Amino acid sequence: MILPTHSQDSYDRYYMVTIGVNNTKPWPLLLPIYATRQIQLSNSTYRSSSNSPPTDIVGRPSPPSKPALSPEQDPVAFEKGIAGEILVKFGQLAHIIFIKHLRIKIAVEPSNIIRLATYLRDRLGFDHAESVTGTDYPKDNQVEVVYHLGSYTRQDLAGQVISVATRTNRDDPTLPSLIGVYKSVEYHEREIFEMLGIYFEGHPRNERFLLPEDWADIPPLRKEFRIKGR
Amino acid sequence: MLKELINPAQFNIMVGKLGDVLVKALDKPLGYAINWGRIWSLWPVHLETACCSVEFGAASSPRYDVERFGIIEAFGSLRQCDLIVVQGTVTRKMAPRLRMVYDQMPDPKYVIAMGACAITGGLYVDSYNVLPGVDGIIPVDVYVPGCPPRPETLIQGTMLLQEKLKVSKIK
Amino acid sequence: MADLEDRIRESQRMGIQIAKESEDDRLMTLSVGPQHPGSGHFRFVVKLDGDYIVHCDPDPGYVHRGEEKMCEYRNFIQNIPHLERPVIHDSTNITYSYSLAVEELTGIQVPRRGQFIRAIASELNRQIYTLYWLAIYGIFLGHSTMFMWPAGDRELFIDLMEALTGARVTHAFNIPGGVRNDIPNGFKDKCLRQITYYEKRLKEYEDIFYNNPLVRQRTEGVGILTKEDAINLGVTGSVLRASGVPYDIRKAEPYDVYNEIDFKVQYMQTADSFARAYVPFLDMRESCHIVRQLLDKMPESGEVRAKLQANPRGPPGEAYRRVESGRGALGYYIISDGTPKPYRVKISVGSFRNMLALPHLLVGAKMGDMPVIYWALNYWPVEADR
Repeated sequence: MILPTHSQDSYDRYYMVTIGVNNTKPWPLLLPIYATRQIQLSNSTYRSSSNSPPTDIVGRPSPPSKPALSPEQDPVAFEKGIAGEILVKFGQLAHIIFIKHLRIKIAVEPSNIIRLATYLRDRLGFDHAESVTGTDYPKDNQVEVVYHLGSYTRQDLAGQVISVATRTNRDDPTLPSLIGVYKSVEYHEREIFEMLGIYFEGHPRNERFLLPEDWADIPPLRKEFRIKGR
Repeated sequence: MLKELINPAQFNIMVGKLGDVLVKALDKPLGYAINWGRIWSLWPVHLETACCSVEFGAASSPRYDVERFGIIEAFGSLRQCDLIVVQGTVTRKMAPRLRMVYDQMPDPKYVIAMGACAITGGLYVDSYNVLPGVDGIIPVDVYVPGCPPRPETLIQGTMLLQEKLKVSKIK
Repeated sequence: MADLEDRIRESQRMGIQIAKESEDDRLMTLSVGPQHPGSGHFRFVVKLDGDYIVHCDPDPGYVHRGEEKMCEYRNFIQNIPHLERPVIHDSTNITYSYSLAVEELTGIQVPRRGQFIRAIASELNRQIYTLYWLAIYGIFLGHSTMFMWPAGDRELFIDLMEALTGARVTHAFNIPGGVRNDIPNGFKDKCLRQITYYEKRLKEYEDIFYNNPLVRQRTEGVGILTKEDAINLGVTGSVLRASGVPYDIRKAEPYDVYNEIDFKVQYMQTADSFARAYVPFLDMRESCHIVRQLLDKMPESGEVRAKLQANPRGPPGEAYRRVESGRGALGYYIISDGTPKPYRVKISVGSFRNMLALPHLLVGAKMGDMPVIYWALNYWPVEADR
């Protein structure tokens, strides 16, 4: 794996794709949301300062005026290398949401997710999907599915978890299933189908799994499903 | 004298008194013997519903041995059991199966509701898939509270069931 | 003559009937249901062709209590009691992972002594869980001494945890920020004495169970899960390590103080049910070494818990942390939106991931091997259903 050089140019190249700079916006609904979330989605180490511009990206180790840190001093240099490789291949199709120690989150459109997952499995060595999470965002009128991918075979990737997130419309949501790429998502996607109502195209059994056979209510993890009494 | 006893009024009284004597002589000791047999051989159905099953398993361990009470844990079919210990939460998916298991057990059968979830729904009372207590489906004899109840509490619940059986009538 | 012809005609008619019997009629569908003389509350439907299983379809959900939905209605600290119930006897590990995720979200720092105590409690709980699992494995194979001995030894560990936390199984000991209380006086000596006694007992387990010719015959060569299949199916924990992949979260992604502890990841290459039964045993032996090192290196005094507000909250964000529990990697993915209650909590449990190996291994196996394969997958139904 070739690590990109830590020059200012390469930083700009990574982060330029995310907000407002490119004219092609594959995520028209989501760019404002991801922009605002990026300021807030920071852990304590990478909290952006209050006078930084709103397009400051989480994971950046230093404000734009200071020189970039060298690999020994930057605790997320390795993760940035991985993210760089992905961006080199996918360019504008993949958006990096955050880069933390051992955790990278990438957002893609549903149409590109199988390509990205195949690339991650074959070229980068993330060989299994640990878990799949579905979340309901009624404020954005979307549902999000996040795949957490890990690697058992590569020693240098032990402990790395890449989260690949896709979003789709909340009413009548369908997503392509990753079961052709990672066999381990079979039961997870089935559970998301019954809990959130997302139909996975290509999954052999979009059926009820954990809920009782006579479940006649809306999918329970939707936000409008209130537990009784609360 | 026999002729005086055989007239209808006296006969009824004699039969009544004979019946009392028989009840005192046979029914009570026989009932005591049958109850004694039932009390000391309560065989529970292996129906672990949820997390309290760990404490039931611990109750069968060498420290809190319930086998000395006759409660043997691992055995074959439920058609030869007479005790069902509902251990833990009963979900809506499990409820019809619980009723089926209860129906398949032969009489006389007893039910112990173990744990707060089996009594009223416990910690999970506001979940969408949990029944608020099991006594809506099957009649419960003894409630054993706790979350989970310690094995000593479970043994105390069994002893309460034994007390209840000692005074029950034989059918 | 006439009746001989009749009989020939009759047998020919019957012969034709037997040959026309369809494939579906030959298969028998057996529902290994939520009530069976083994562990309960999990059902799977198998189709049998004589003695061989041709199809298996798991049907979980009998203990689905809606943990993830309930988490959204309670704040971070109130979530601890009901989150530890899925694996009630390994409750420190399942709340350990939750505490790590919440600490990352809220930025709480755990004091060093608290980290050591958390690790000690986690290792003791791992022993408690594995002993219960071994006990039930003994019952499945009909080895009732193997039920009694681990169940009895487990009580000694439960005594230690009861001295530490106050409860037998539902400890509620880990909270975001550390542990609830400090260790009592004399705990260290009791713990070391127990570990010394226990290491002797482990040798005896090896003698009666793992070197038992019947157990070996029943488990060796049964249910082989190759390394490629194990990685593709995404299994975790001892099932993965029995197939030759030396992956342990404590080594891959050391949390708290595990990067200061020296231990080896135990794995085997044979990938059959015997390996899956033996790897937890090796883990237990290694765990004894870990506890000794933790007790040595623990700082003598210090805080055990960070100062907490009543309603800890953090900036909007998300965290994904994992812990190595008895069944494998137990991960929590928590999304917070700035309020004291989490927006979404997703629990990624080892049992749910290992369930995928069950149809894979059972197809082609004999019905008599079913208990061996099923329980060797380290599957705890309550956890898989959450």
